[in-house]
Parts: sequence; structure tokens; C-alpha cells
Amino acid sequence: MSSIVANFDLVKGKLARVKGRKIEAPEFKTPFVKRPTGRSLDSFMGWRRENDRVGVRNHVLLLPLDDLSNAACEAVANNIKGTLAIPHAYGRLQFGEDLEIHFRTLIGTGSNPNVAAVVVIGIEDGWTKRVVDGIAKTGKPVVGFGIEGHGDIATIAKASYVAKEFVQWATELPRVKCGIEELWVSTKCGESDTTTGLSSCPTVGNMYDKWIPRGVYGVFGETSEITGAEHLCKARAATPEVGERWYKMWKAYQDDVIEAHKTDDLSDSQPTKGNIAGGLTTIEEKALGNLEKIGRECKFIDILEPAEAPQKGPGLYYMDTSSAAAECVTLMAAGGYVVHTFPTGQGNVIGNPIVPVIKITGNPKTMRTMPEHIDVDVSGILRRDLTIPQAGDALIENIVRTANGRLTAAEALGHREFSMTKLYRSA
Amino acid sequence: MQITETVREPAMSKPHLLVHEKKDTVGVVVVEGLKAGTDMLGVVTHDNSDFRLTAKMDIPIGHKVALKAIKKGDTIWKYGQDIGKAIADIGQGEHLHVQNVKTKRW
Repeated sequence: MSSIVANFDLVKGKLARVKGRKIEAPEFKTPFVKRPTGRSLDSFMGWRRENDRVGVRNHVLLLPLDDLSNAACEAVANNIKGTLAIPHAYGRLQFGEDLEIHFRTLIGTGSNPNVAAVVVIGIEDGWTKRVVDGIAKTGKPVVGFGIEGHGDIATIAKASYVAKEFVQWATELPRVKCGIEELWVSTKCGESDTTTGLSSCPTVGNMYDKWIPRGVYGVFGETSEITGAEHLCKARAATPEVGERWYKMWKAYQDDVIEAHKTDDLSDSQPTKGNIAGGLTTIEEKALGNLEKIGRECKFIDILEPAEAPQKGPGLYYMDTSSAAAECVTLMAAGGYVVHTFPTGQGNVIGNPIVPVIKITGNPKTMRTMPEHIDVDVSGILRRDLTIPQAGDALIENIVRTANGRLTAAEALGHREFSMTKLYRSA
Repeated sequence: MQITETVREPAMSKPHLLVHEKKDTVGVVVVEGLKAGTDMLGVVTHDNSDFRLTAKMDIPIGHKVALKAIKKGDTIWKYGQDIGKAIADIGQGEHLHVQNVKTKRW
């Protein structure tokens, strides 16, 4: 097989075979681009929204209130280029705390500064209006449509006119210079193994140790995966009062969810099969690696409900989330975080529709077998030719480049996992 | 903060095995295809001290090796913390995983 190559160099002049794969992937070296020297990592070009929050993406969202409205949102996205529909599975007959999380997630997603404008479509007007009103508090353009009494086709037509106006307006919004202290950066790891605790998680921790003191907002969560390191996590609360509240939240999860629903000892779920294949043996070992993500110095200043936005100013927060990757990142994005850092060992492929997910791995095997999913390679830490502080600097540089517009691997590959958290069966 | 050229520290020999803390009784294999009989270079990341240990089994990357002989019922230490207990005797240099270690929690 021969390739026609223009303006690219083939590495070593031949197709590179990736071991263990059937497809022979030509490995291209992109033309050398001389980046300006002395480029600042203190600022980036973002979008300043009506409420003064700063976004790093500029989406026009088509947001379904419920599962029934996915089809209309997808039809509008098909009509109007440059818009983004985010279908999901729920929104009918939820009640109580479950319904509160549903609304917080939808309103928070629409309110995220990575979103310029929103069209909400629901089966009926009442709850549609509740989401519209919630997003409208940010000052951004938002319009809602109820399908009942009109049907899909008329709704799609009306929503398409609005979406077209929104996308043309949004694409003219200028990027402005913003300080890195205006970034909200979340973290959650996935497909963890022993290398995450040695390399990629401490890399994120190092970034937080450097950036939280400068005024960046951070957040971590994964309540089930703190199990085994709860004594250490509690000790990382900024005050004893926050520590006690955190411990109460963690204990309630153990008692109300794990004890109430378990059918065995959870050994088959935590650690996961992927974790075990990667060498993790117990939930304690996994939790200790997980906690490396908050670095050596950071203390968390408050505990957030799922999808709740921080209220206590800059600093590190804990969000009570599931440890399932897409659910957790969806909740953190709904909390207002605009960039996500995702350490992985065995190679999780997750992305998010509105938030760039930056993947970091220290596992050389993952770097060799699925490099297209990884944004920051810190496998040098295992070879002892890269230090944790150097890896932290590499992550910081990648975050700033991503904030400036560079697509993450997950964005380029089209990963848009939007997964609602559901607490219990609908009525 | 400015982008600077990454200055690599002088490369030491590439370790086969990394250990978090001095107190730990296990290390993590960080090379692919480790074979039984390998004279492994181990490094404790906490203080950068190194040691040698012979692998008794083929051990996959990311999996753990016992740094000393461990008796059934003994606590396993990693990160300087209790990560579970041995459910069988484990020899020094042997593969340590779900077949011989379990959480104390469940």
C-alpha cells in the first residue's frame, strides 16, 4: 500500500504498524510549527459571558427537557449547523431529590460558560419553562418550546429559526484575554490502575497545588471511590466542620446506598474488572491512588450536592458524585466547571459535549496501544526521567492550550457522553 | 509563568519496580513483559532510594510484587497505608494480587 503525502513526513519513510492492531495506521509527523517563545501561561483567550464567568468553548445547545424531546432536538441540530443536541434518557415522572438533580443538571449545563445560547425543548411547557428560567438567570439567550399541542414538525421549525439566529450571533462573539485564575478545572479519573496513583493522578494534584493558590476553582468527587481513604480525605477538609460534614455525607452513602442495595461484597464492582486487570487489588488501594489528584497542599473548602455550583469563592471543592466517569463529568460540568482533567491508566475514552476532557496517562502500554485518546503523556514518571512537578507543568501547558481552542483527543474523536445521574426508580 | 524548555534530570537507570513509601510491603512493576528471574531495580519514590529484588514470577506491568515474605493474615502496606490483608502466604518477589490479597472491608 502506498500513500500520497503532501506537506507531511512519513515517520521513518514507511507505514508504522501499531502492535496488536489489525489496521496499519500511517503515522504522520505534522509540519513543524514554531510556537512563539515566552508565550504566557497566565492568560488565555476565552469568552466572557453576561454573568462575567469565562468559557473556553462557544456552544449553542439544543437541550431536551426529557427523553421524549431528544428527537426534536436532534432534528434541529441536523437543520442548523454549528449547534449541538445533547440527548439523554430521563425527565419523566421523576420526583423528590431525583427530580432536583435532574433540574440542577439541565439548568447547570445550559448555564455553563462554555455555552453561548440555549434552545430548550420539552414535551410540555411547565417544566420546560422551569429550565428556561433557570438558565436565563445567567443573562444568556435562551428560548424554550413545548411539543404538546404543536407536534414535532412545527416545534422543530420554530426552534430551527431561533437556533439559526443564536448560532450566527454566537459565532461573532469575540474571544477576550482572560486570566487563568478565571478557570474552573474539575477532575475525575477512570480505568484506573496502579500507574494512575504513581503518575497521572499526582500530575493533576501538582497542577492543583500550583493553581488553587492563584484563585482557580477545582473540584473532585467520586464518593464510592474514596472508600478506603476516607480518613485521609476527611483530614484534607479546610476546617473540622467541613471535615465532619464530608464524613457524614460519605457515611450516609455507605449506609443508605451500599448497605441497602448490595447483593455481594462489591468486590466485582469496586475495583472494576478493568482496574483488576491493571493491577489494582482492593478498593483501599484504588482510593489512595484516586486521592493523589488533590495534590499535597490543597484543602477542600466546601461540599457540593451533585451538579451544584460552588458558592464560597475560589478554591477546591468536593462534589458528591458517582464514580462512573460520564455521570461524574456531566455533574461537574453542570456545576459550572469549564475544563476537565482525566487521569487514566488502562485507557478510558470519555468526553463531554460541552467541556473539553483532557486525558493524562502514565501507563506506557496504554500510550502504545491507544495513543489517539491521550492528551498528556506522563509515562516518563515511571521511567524516572520526568518528575511530578515537570508533569504538572506539562498538564498546565496543555490546559492553557486547550482553553485557547486546541481540541482535546476526546473532542476530535467525537466523544460527547452526557449521562444524567438518577437516584431511584421514577414514579 | 512562562513556557520553558523541559529540563530533564540526568537519567538514572530505568527501574523495573516503583514503591511509594519506605513502609510499603509491595511495589508496582512499571515495565512490560517482566520475566521470572529478572534482577529488578526498585526505586522508592518518596526518597528516591533504590534496591534490587529478584522476580519469582512473570508479572504484568502495573501489577504488584511482594517486597518481603508475607504471611496469611498480614496487613499489606502501600502508600504507607493499609490496603488489605493476605489470604495466603506470599513469598518475596512473588506476584501479589486478588488471588492472595483481599480488602478487610468487605
